[in-house]
This record gives sequence, structure tokens and C-alpha cells, in this order.
Amino acid sequence: MGHHSNWPEWVYIGVVVALMVWVGAEAWNAERLVEHIPADAEVIKVTGQQWFWTFEHEDGTKEIGELHVKSGKAYKFEIMSKDVNHSFNIHDYVVLLDAVPGRVNTVWFAPMEVGEHDIQCREYCGLIHYNMRAKLIIEEDESS
Amino acid sequence: MVLELQKPRPIWQIMFSTHHTDVGLLYLITSLAFLFLGGALALAIRAELFFPGSQIIADSMTFNRMFTVHGTTLIFLFLLPFASAVGNYFVPIMVRYKDMAYPKLNAIAFWMIPPAGALIWLGFADFTWYATPPYSIISAPGPAADMWIFGLKILGISSVLGAINFIVTILKCKHPDMSIGQVPLLAWSFLTSSLIVLVAIPTFAAALLMLLTDRLGVSGFFNPAMGGDPIAYAHLFWFTFHPEVYVLVIPAIGMMYEIIPRFSRKPIFSHSSGIFAFVLLSMVSFSSWAHHMYATGMSFTEKTVFMIGTLAAVPASAMHVFNFIATMWNGRIKFATPMMWAVGGIALFFSAGAGGVVNAAMPLDFQTHDSYWVVGHFHLFVMGTIAFGSIGFLYYMFPYVTGRMYNERMGQVHFVLSFIGTVLVFFTQHVLGLYGMSRRVYDYPPIPEWIAMNQIATVGAMIIGVSMIIFLINIIYSSGKGKIADTDDPFSLGGKYYWPYEAKNPSH
Ligand code: HEM
Ligand SMILES: [Cu+2]
Ligand SMILES: [Cu+2]
Repeated sequence: MGHHSNWPEWVYIGVVVALMVWVGAEAWNAERLVEHIPADAEVIKVTGQQWFWTFEHEDGTKEIGELHVKSGKAYKFEIMSKDVNHSFNIHDYVVLLDAVPGRVNTVWFAPMEVGEHDIQCREYCGLIHYNMRAKLIIEEDESS
Repeated sequence: MVLELQKPRPIWQIMFSTHHTDVGLLYLITSLAFLFLGGALALAIRAELFFPGSQIIADSMTFNRMFTVHGTTLIFLFLLPFASAVGNYFVPIMVRYKDMAYPKLNAIAFWMIPPAGALIWLGFADFTWYATPPYSIISAPGPAADMWIFGLKILGISSVLGAINFIVTILKCKHPDMSIGQVPLLAWSFLTSSLIVLVAIPTFAAALLMLLTDRLGVSGFFNPAMGGDPIAYAHLFWFTFHPEVYVLVIPAIGMMYEIIPRFSRKPIFSHSSGIFAFVLLSMVSFSSWAHHMYATGMSFTEKTVFMIGTLAAVPASAMHVFNFIATMWNGRIKFATPMMWAVGGIALFFSAGAGGVVNAAMPLDFQTHDSYWVVGHFHLFVMGTIAFGSIGFLYYMFPYVTGRMYNERMGQVHFVLSFIGTVLVFFTQHVLGLYGMSRRVYDYPPIPEWIAMNQIATVGAMIIGVSMIIFLINIIYSSGKGKIADTDDPFSLGGKYYWPYEAKNPSH
């Protein structure tokens, strides 16, 4: 234990703490904004089961392995599971939430451009987890 | 000095010994055996992922079993027993006591590891290293799953017994002339990590039992079909295993505290700030477990609390990095093999921590969670920091254990190749995660960027594989035929820098 001055260590700790406070504050603010679900968002029920995804729209139409949505509209996913844990993931839109049996988890998104994106399972769920995939198809909204 | 391997002794004399250096040797050999076994699985996994489609592993179930056993092996059967090996050799010497406080208990704790390892390897379960229900209850095939549960149960008990022994040895058996503040930082690292074990492990031990009875169908703690809650398991699991990552990393930092000052030929910059940071880490390690669970559907408030708890651990980790750099500053550094591993480990510790902060920031975690990013993140810790510190320390203690020197050139080649390989594999995996590749997948769609990055990662892994073969040859050859070490100063640092402890061993 030498008798050295310790001020560089204090300055350094101060900088690290300040950085963490900044990261935390930014993250808090961003997450708060992201989680605010628009009131007019249309509900899509998402069900994961070994090893495929089922989607049910508000009007009752069901799709398996494909999800058709309209660009420019907001959607709220209600995510469920029929067997084990899965995780519903549209990576291109940073949509990620676990499908847990016995619970309904909600997350929303608003696709902006027409196109196709991958939907995958991001939580290990057994034999075909690696191929528990679906397609998101974003179409032009003719009604607007 | 204790030169175990220099006196020819029948193997059973070591096996039935309760002396701390013999038990240390048993831990050491066992942990290295599992390093190579678990590492072989990693190479097979990487080879499978070199191209999309099925390559060398017949089916996805086999693949799933392989990554499960890979992770379980390297955490519980390599890193933890390796740390126990180092603790067994050095803690009694550092506190100037003749042995561990409870030598028989010490031997028992070790002998629980081989049967547990056998259960895990013979069962070959598939439900990942966290055995999440309800998959682990309703879907995972037995008897593999049950054998894994029993294996982990035994390992947990062994860990707790080991922790009690370290705590008592340090607090109660240290030489009366020595104040607790004078205890070397390596021993402090065992004190703090053992305290974490005592608080953390029982929670998982309970969860494992509940998992087992759930599997037997007599309870439904985590089974939603019987009114249970799988998220409850996740909380119990991570309440144990977030702190457990510090149980792994703290001894490795302790080992670096031994290596860095010796090879910088300077005293440690601040002994007291090292102690302070260990104690602080051991406490804040309990404030962040649910950062693994942002995507399970936690409320905004819950997520915020655990984010703050996670970020709170960063300054304490950063203090260690500062201490290392300040110690090396203006030192007459000798870059022998142990020093290279320690410095490389610190550099990767820093990079890994930066990635951890990204995971902790809630909105960013929804990009990274359960993608290859997370695989990259924690491997920079477990491989880049903890295994690097441990391997460096193995070279450092090699002359002490065997009485001989390893081949310095081979040790350096081992380091350089491992470092390059580690950067290639795990930095690439971070990027691969950002491109959206899920972890724990046997196959992936042929997206050109994904293929390229998987191939870089596989090449990196093979480079590490080659370096480990060099390592194996080096230690086997050198322990029998290496140059006789000058045990007063094996690294020619100038004698007073090597063994600062009164190391007398009464029973040898
Ligand atoms: C000290 C050594 C550390 C080790 C050994 C370690 C180890 C791990 C492991 C094993 C996982 C993945 C668990 C799994 O899903 O299989 C993980 C994830 C994570 N780590 Fe670390 N970690 C360390 C430090 C840190 C630090 C300093 C931070 C943040 C400042 C951090 C933040 C995270 C977060 C937020 C996750 C969850 C990522 C996710 O699943 O989305 N870790 N870590
Ligand atoms: Cu899955
Ligand atoms: Cu954690």
C-alpha cells in the first residue's frame, strides 16, 4: 500500500459514474417512449407453439406462418403460447417479446414501408426451434 | 515450496489425500480434462454452423444436447473447479495456515465433482444451461434431463462446501500477525466470491428440486398447466446465476492481481481499492438478476430498477481495470506468458463490459437479447476474461506445481493464437447478433452476411482449437521433461518479486 495520491482514480470513477447515469437516463427515456401504445392500434393475437406461429386479426381472420399487415398503421401484438416458452421476434422492427404459457404479453409496432420481413423464434423451444419461422408481409393500405 | 510432481508417488496417495495441494492438484487435472472435453463440443458446434444446412451433426436434437453440455461443462466443470484449484493451492499459503480449515470436507467437495460430471455427460440433456420450464418439465427428454438436474444439485452442494471452507480458512485460520486488510488480493477474491456462493446458490438449489418434482408430476410450481408460473423459475435461476457470473470473474481478477504486479515489478497500485471493489461487486451482484428477463414481459418499472442495478456494478468493475493499468504504469514490465494472458484478459474484460452496458440499456436489449450478440458478450467474459486469467495463472503456477518450466515460446504462441481466435469468434458474433441471428439454432437461412460471419467465427474457433493443442502438448511434455525451474525466481524477475509469502508446507 503505497502513499500515492489517489485523485486520478476518483476522477476516473466520476467519469464512469457519469457515463452510466447518462446511459441509464437515455435508455429510460427511450423505453418510456417506445412502450407508449397508440390508442388506435389494431390488435393481432400471436400464438406460438412447437414449432409455428399463428396470427389472429381483429376481424377474426387467422393466418399460419404468414402475417399480412398494412403500412402506416399501428398494430398491437398480444403474444401467447400453447406449450413452452417461445420468443416472438421481428428483428428488422426490433419487435421482441416472449410467448409464455399462461400469460399475455403485449408489444406494438407500426410498419412504414411495403415489404417482407422475417419472423423468428428467439427463445429455445426444442427440436425445430431453429426453423420456427414466419413471414411478415407489409402491404399498401388501400383504405387511406 | 511444494513440488508435487517431482516426488514419484502412487496415484492413490494423491487421490485419497486431504492435503490442500493434493486436492488442488485433483481440481486442476479435473478442470483441465473438462476444458478439453467442453472445448471439443464447441468446435463441433462451430463446424456445423460453417455452412447453412446440415453438416457434421446428424440432427438438431444432437446439436441442442451438445451446446447444453458445452455450456454446463465449461462453467461448472472447468471454470469453477479451476478456481478451486488455485484457491486450494494459494489461500492457505497466503493466510499462512497449514491447510484448509476443514481438510476432509475439502476432499469431499472435490469428490462430488467427478460423479456430477459423469451424470451430465452420460445424460447429455438438451434444455440449455438454464433448463427453463415449461420446456424442461413437459418437453425435455429424460433421463438426460433428470441426470442433469442431479448433476447440478451435486455441484451446487460442492460449491457451498468449498465456499464455507474458504471463508473459514481466511477469516479464522489466518496468521494472528496478519490483519484482514493485509490478506493478499487473491485470497480476498476467494473470500468475496465464496460469500456470494453462500447467498446465491441455495435459491437455485431449491428451484432445481422444484423442477424435479414438477417433472415427476407431483407438483406444478413452474407448470402453467397446473397453475404454476415459469417466470418464477426464471427469477430464482437468475437470482443465483447473475451473482454466479461474479463468482466466476472475481477469482480470475484475483489471479490477475497476483500476476500484474509481479510482472510489472511494482507493488499493486492500491491494495485497499482492490478490496473495496471486490466487496462492492459482491454486494451489487445481487441487484441486477432480472436484466436477463426484460423480454419476458416485465413492467417498465421493473425493467428500470434492474437496469439501474446493473449499471451500478460497472464502476466497481472499472476500479479493477484502473488498478491494473495504474500498476503497470511506469513498471518494468516483463511480457512473459502469464503476463500476456493477464493483459489480454484485461483488454477483453473492458470490451466485454462495454457490450454488457448495451445489454443493460433496456431498449437496446431488445436488439441483442437471445441473439448471437449475447453469445459474444458472455464469451468475452467467460473465455476472454475468466479463462484468460485462469490460463495465465496456470502458467504462473506451473513451476510451483511441477518444479519445471513450461516452454515459453509455446506459451506465447498459445496466447497469440487464442487472442486472435477469441477476437475473431466473439467480436464477430456480436455483429451477427445485430444482423438478427438467433442463438441456439442448428441451422440458419442462407443470408450471405450470416454465412460470412459464421465462417469467420468458425475459423476463429479452429485457431483457438489449434492453440489449445499446443497448450496441451506444452503442459504434458514440460511437466515431465521441462527445464528444472528455479523455484525462488522462475520468471527471472529479480527474486523478491516472486514469492512474497512464507510458504512452508509442514506435511511434505
Ligand atoms: C463480470 C463478468 C460477466 C460475466 C461472466 C457475464 C456473463 C453473462 C452471461 C453468461 C450471460 C448470458 C446468459 C445467457 O443468456 O445464457 C450474460 C448476459 C447479460 N449480461 Fe453479462 N456477464 C458479465 C458482466 C456483465 C456486465 C458488467 C454487464 C453490464 C454492465 C452485463 C450485462 C448483461 C446483460 C444485460 C445480459 C443479458 C443479455 C440478454 O440476454 O439480453 N454483464 N452475461
Ligand atoms: Cu424457439
Ligand atoms: Cu447477468
